[in-house]
Amino acid sequence: MKRFLKSINIRELLRPIGQMILFSLGSTIVLSVIVLLLALILDRTVVGQTLIERLNVSLFTYTLVNLPQVAIDGLTIGFVYAAIALGYTMVYGVLEFINFAHSEIFAVGAFVGVEILIALEKFGILSNASLVMAYIYLILAIVAGMLAAGALAVTVERVAYRPLRHASRLVPLISAIGVSFLLQDVIRLTESLTSGQFNRIMPTFGNFDHRILFGKMAMGATQITLGVSIKSIIVIVSAVLMLVGLNYLVNATRIGKAIRAVAQDHSTASLMGIDVNRIISLTFLVGGMLGGAAGVLYALKFTRIDPFVGFFPGLKAFTAAVLGGIGNMTGALLGGIVLGMLETYAGSFMGVFTMGAAGTEYKDIFAFSILILVLIFRPQGLMGENVAQKA
Amino acid sequence: MSLLSLHNIHSFYGHIHALKGVSVDVEEGEIVTLIGSNGAGKSTTLRTISGMIHPRQGQVLLDGRDISRMKPHAIVLAGLGHVPEGRGIFPKLTVRENLEMGAFTVNDPEEIDRRMKFGFDMFPRLKERIGQYGGTLSGGEQQMLAIARGLMMNPRLLMLDEPSMGLAPVLVELIFDIIKALNKKGTTILLVEQNALMALSVAHRGYVLQNGEIVVSDTAESLKRNGMVQKAYLGID
Repeated sequence: MKRFLKSINIRELLRPIGQMILFSLGSTIVLSVIVLLLALILDRTVVGQTLIERLNVSLFTYTLVNLPQVAIDGLTIGFVYAAIALGYTMVYGVLEFINFAHSEIFAVGAFVGVEILIALEKFGILSNASLVMAYIYLILAIVAGMLAAGALAVTVERVAYRPLRHASRLVPLISAIGVSFLLQDVIRLTESLTSGQFNRIMPTFGNFDHRILFGKMAMGATQITLGVSIKSIIVIVSAVLMLVGLNYLVNATRIGKAIRAVAQDHSTASLMGIDVNRIISLTFLVGGMLGGAAGVLYALKFTRIDPFVGFFPGLKAFTAAVLGGIGNMTGALLGGIVLGMLETYAGSFMGVFTMGAAGTEYKDIFAFSILILVLIFRPQGLMGENVAQKA
Repeated sequence: MSLLSLHNIHSFYGHIHALKGVSVDVEEGEIVTLIGSNGAGKSTTLRTISGMIHPRQGQVLLDGRDISRMKPHAIVLAGLGHVPEGRGIFPKLTVRENLEMGAFTVNDPEEIDRRMKFGFDMFPRLKERIGQYGGTLSGGEQQMLAIARGLMMNPRLLMLDEPSMGLAPVLVELIFDIIKALNKKGTTILLVEQNALMALSVAHRGYVLQNGEIVVSDTAESLKRNGMVQKAYLGID
C-alpha cells in the first residue's frame, strides 16, 4: 500500500487541475472585461437608453449582475466540449485522422444513459429514490453511457477504419462521415421501434434541478437571484474528474507512455514490443468513454435529446480541438473551455447589446467563425506546434 | 542450430522485388555484418526479420521457430531487438521515457532500473540528458539513446542498422567499441553498415548484398582480402 501511494505521481494529478483553473479564470476574466467595456460604450448609445427605459437599469449594471451566472453556464458547457474534444484529439494524435463519427458516439452515450433513467423511472424507482440513491442512479447512467460509447468507438475503428489504415488520408475520413450518418439512423430506428419517438427527455429526479443560492441582487426595478444549479456543479465536477484521470493515464502510466509513443511513431513503437493495434483500440475506447459520459452530462444539463443531438456539440468540440491545437490534449481542454465560455457570453449578451436584433440563436456564428479564423491564421492551434513536419 | 536463419527470403516493396532469395545464418555469440551499397537490400533484410514487412516467400527462423508471419511486437517478445535506420527516437518523450519504452515488455521495475543503469554506464552522456526530450538531442546522442534503448529489451539478437551514419569519427569509434563490448558480454549482433571497413573490423563473418542477392559470404578476415570487396566497398584498387 505504501509503495502504491509512493508510486502515485502527484504532479500529474495537480498539473491538470492547475491548468483547468487557469484556463477557466483566464477566459472568464478576458471575456468579462470585453463585455463590460462593450457595455460601457453601448451605454452612451441608444442601446443603453432603451434598456433604461425598459428595465430602469444601465447596460453596465445589467451586464455585471448577469456575469456570474453566465460564467458558470459557460464553464459547464465548456467542460462538456473539452471532454468531447479530447476524443477527437486523442484519435488524431495516434492516427492523424479526424473521427467524424465521434459526435454520434457522444449521442449513443447520451441515449443509453437517458434510456436507463427513463426505464428506472417507469418502474417507479426514481421517484422513490433517496438522495444518495438518486446520485447512484445518475452515476450508473453515466457509467453505462461510457461503456456503450467506448465499446461502440472500438467497434467502429475495427470495422470502418482499420481496414483503411493504409489507404490515402481522405478515405477513412469519408468512411467516418458515412459511419456518422449510419449511426444517426441506427439511433432513430432503434428509438422508433422501441419507444416510438425520437425525442427523449431526461427524467427529473434527485435534487439536480435545485439551485444553490448565493443571494439576491437588485437590478433596476427587479431583483435577480444569484446561484448555481446543482446539475451544473455535477457536470463540472464529473468532467474535471474524468479529465484528471485521463491526464494521469496518458502522462503518468506505462500504457499512457505507449499511447504517446504510438502517436509519435507507429513502426518504432512496434519495435519496442508495443502492440500498436491494441493501443489504437485503447485510444478509441478511452476517447469513446469520455464522449459517452459527456453525452449523459449534456442530457442532464439540456434535458432533451434526439438522434441528431451529437451534431452541433460534436462540431463545436471539433472546433475546440482545432482551436487548442489538434493532437494536443492540453489544447483540447483550453479550446473546450474557451469555446464554451465565448459561446455562452455571446449568447447571453448579444440580445441586449443589439437591442434584440440578433439573439442567442446566433451564438453559433462565434464558434464557427473561430474555426475558420484559426484554420487561416493559426492552423496549428493555440497550443499546437508546427504540424507540417508530421503531415 | 543457428540463433537466426533466413532461408531463401523474397521480399517486396509494392512491385519492387527487393530481396531475391536471401539466405543468412547468425550463430549464437557472433557479430555478423551485412554490407552493400545503397538500395542493395540491407535494411529490407532487417525489416523482414523484425516483422515490419512480411516476406512473400521463404522462412525466418529465430531459434528454430518461424517468425516470418509474426507481428513486430511479438517478435520483440521472442528476443529480437532492432535499432532501426534513422534511430527512431521518440522526439517528444524524454530520454528516460524513451528508455522505458525499450523495456515495455519488462514488468519488473527493479530490472528496468538495472538495465537503465547499464545503459548509463555505457553512455554517461545520456544520464546528463535524462529529462530532456529525445528530439532535442544531437545526432550522436540520439544514436547512443537508440542503442541503449535497444539494450533495454535485453535481446538475444540485436540488429543495428547503420549505427555510424552521420556521426563524427570519434563517436563512430565509441559506438563500435561498445558493439564489441556488448558482444563480449554475450549479445549476438547483426550489423548493417555502409562503413564496410569498420564493420569488417568488428565482425566475425560478413555477407555482401547486391541488388537484393547475397553475392559473397565469408569470414570478416577473408572478406577484407577479397578483391571484389576491396574494390567496391573498401575503396582499395
